[in-house]
Amino acid sequence: MSQPISNTSMGNLKAVIKRELLSYFFSPIAYVFIVIFLLLAGFFTFMIGGFFERGQATLESFFMWHPWLYLFFVPAVGMRLWSEEKRLGTLELLFTMPVQLWQVAVAKFLASWIFLILALALTFPYVITVNWLGDPDNGVILCGYIGSFLLSGAYLAISCMTSALTRSQVISFILSVVICLLLILCGWMPVTDLLITSGAPVWLVDLVAGLSFMTHYEGLQRGVVDSRDVIYFLSVIVFALFTNAIILRDERA
Amino acid sequence: MIKVENLRKTFGSKIAVDGVSFEVKKGEVLGFLGPNGAGKSTTMRMITGFLQPTAGKVRVGDYNMWENPLQAKRLIGYLPENAPLYEDMTVSAFLEFVADLRGLRGAEKSKAVDKAVDTCFLQSVRHQSIETLSKGYRHRTCFAQSIIHDPEVLILDEPTDGLDPNQKHEVRSLIRRMGEEKVIIFSTHILEEVEAACSSAIIIDRGRIVAKGTPDELKKTSPRAGSVVVRVHHSEPDAVKSRLQGINDVSEVEVVEKNGAASVFRAIPKAQTSSDSLSLQISEMIGTENWKCDELHTEEGRLDEVFRKITMPDTETASASK
Repeated sequence: MSQPISNTSMGNLKAVIKRELLSYFFSPIAYVFIVIFLLLAGFFTFMIGGFFERGQATLESFFMWHPWLYLFFVPAVGMRLWSEEKRLGTLELLFTMPVQLWQVAVAKFLASWIFLILALALTFPYVITVNWLGDPDNGVILCGYIGSFLLSGAYLAISCMTSALTRSQVISFILSVVICLLLILCGWMPVTDLLITSGAPVWLVDLVAGLSFMTHYEGLQRGVVDSRDVIYFLSVIVFALFTNAIILRDERA
Repeated sequence: MIKVENLRKTFGSKIAVDGVSFEVKKGEVLGFLGPNGAGKSTTMRMITGFLQPTAGKVRVGDYNMWENPLQAKRLIGYLPENAPLYEDMTVSAFLEFVADLRGLRGAEKSKAVDKAVDTCFLQSVRHQSIETLSKGYRHRTCFAQSIIHDPEVLILDEPTDGLDPNQKHEVRSLIRRMGEEKVIIFSTHILEEVEAACSSAIIIDRGRIVAKGTPDELKKTSPRAGSVVVRVHHSEPDAVKSRLQGINDVSEVEVVEKNGAASVFRAIPKAQTSSDSLSLQISEMIGTENWKCDELHTEEGRLDEVFRKITMPDTETASASK
């Protein structure tokens, strides 16, 4: 009881992160997810992205698909975070322990993010391949990975939030796919072009596009770490996690 | 140790708990009785800090649950209804996780896990995954979770639900043993449990406390409490009945059972009469009349009758005449 508060916070964070990570790997889910993610990433990069046909030593055709790949992959990873607790009733157990809501919310998010980073890290053969075939700008590749990493975090935070809304994993999945899709589309070139040709004022289109994942993700893919893009992703994460905590708090009031 | 003041909880327009107050001190075991949906679980969820009360206060030890939730929660061990558990974990991994959240570390932690496993007889399933466990083991695993940090306060929502008679007996004696040095509140709708384990009981119905007292006090409010039952071998039961009716202190005599050789009578004393003096008078009468009697006892009253009388006032007459 006399432990300093920061010490117990770290202990609680670690305990929850450990539990969440183990629960991915206790069941076959983790392995299935990782294999499918890698297969799909390969399929898009080589078959649709035309990795070889480009004749360039870049990972552009690899990273350009991530917003679409994550659209289904990340909600599938995040959908169970809270809805499973609600379905099993373990939420009651968790919130009668001496833990704070933010600790659990952050820990669950971090655990799943670690899992996503692990999946992303397993794409290292692409980096080796382009380095072997040509002479790529590894700074741009690193930048691409940072963008992909932040993008997955933003999707995941949204999935955490929708997962807190319902005890059904399916509903949580669908809600989170829809929200992420909207955030992709509002800045996706074909959609913004359509808006401009249909007579929407440019400032409005810019404003809406500024909220999109795509606008900020593409900036990072060009090899420029613009602090505005980083701040954008971090604020999506913080906002979604905050909303997540509010949803859970209000439910008990 | 635990003080609940005017606790109220509404869900939309539905009032689940309506002004519940009570106090439990160290060394007391409080039984929480009530029909399903009476507000028992909701009250417990507010005491443990899972639900925020619409109004009212919960004090655990020196702490107010909604002002110092962490300190208050540290004092409590809680077994929620239906014993929720993380299905994908093993029993020992689950208990270690709970021990982590309870702030136990290192040797202290493994000692606590071992002790909880021993107390709840979980040695044989220690390394088994929780989803493969039978209901009794699941319940005991969740129970183990609630006592792992040796809390001063234990709150158990239907701790014996779904257990077989032997396990029920074990849990009850565990509650009684722990109740000597802790504060225990447990809910149940099994009345014999209250008699077996509680030092006091509360009956709650439609969100309100409708009766309060020790099990004995509650039993005394039973309509039959204090009546004297006598079994007499006599060829003419009606004659016996009228003789018993003749005793001054008797207000009414019922024939409970009538068959050939022996009949059972129930004498209900007048309001001011003690049942002791009535049973003495009846035994004297048996002596003077020279009846053959093989049973004479004073009814203690039964909790289930009290429970029915209080929680179902409309059908009281129907069940009493049974």
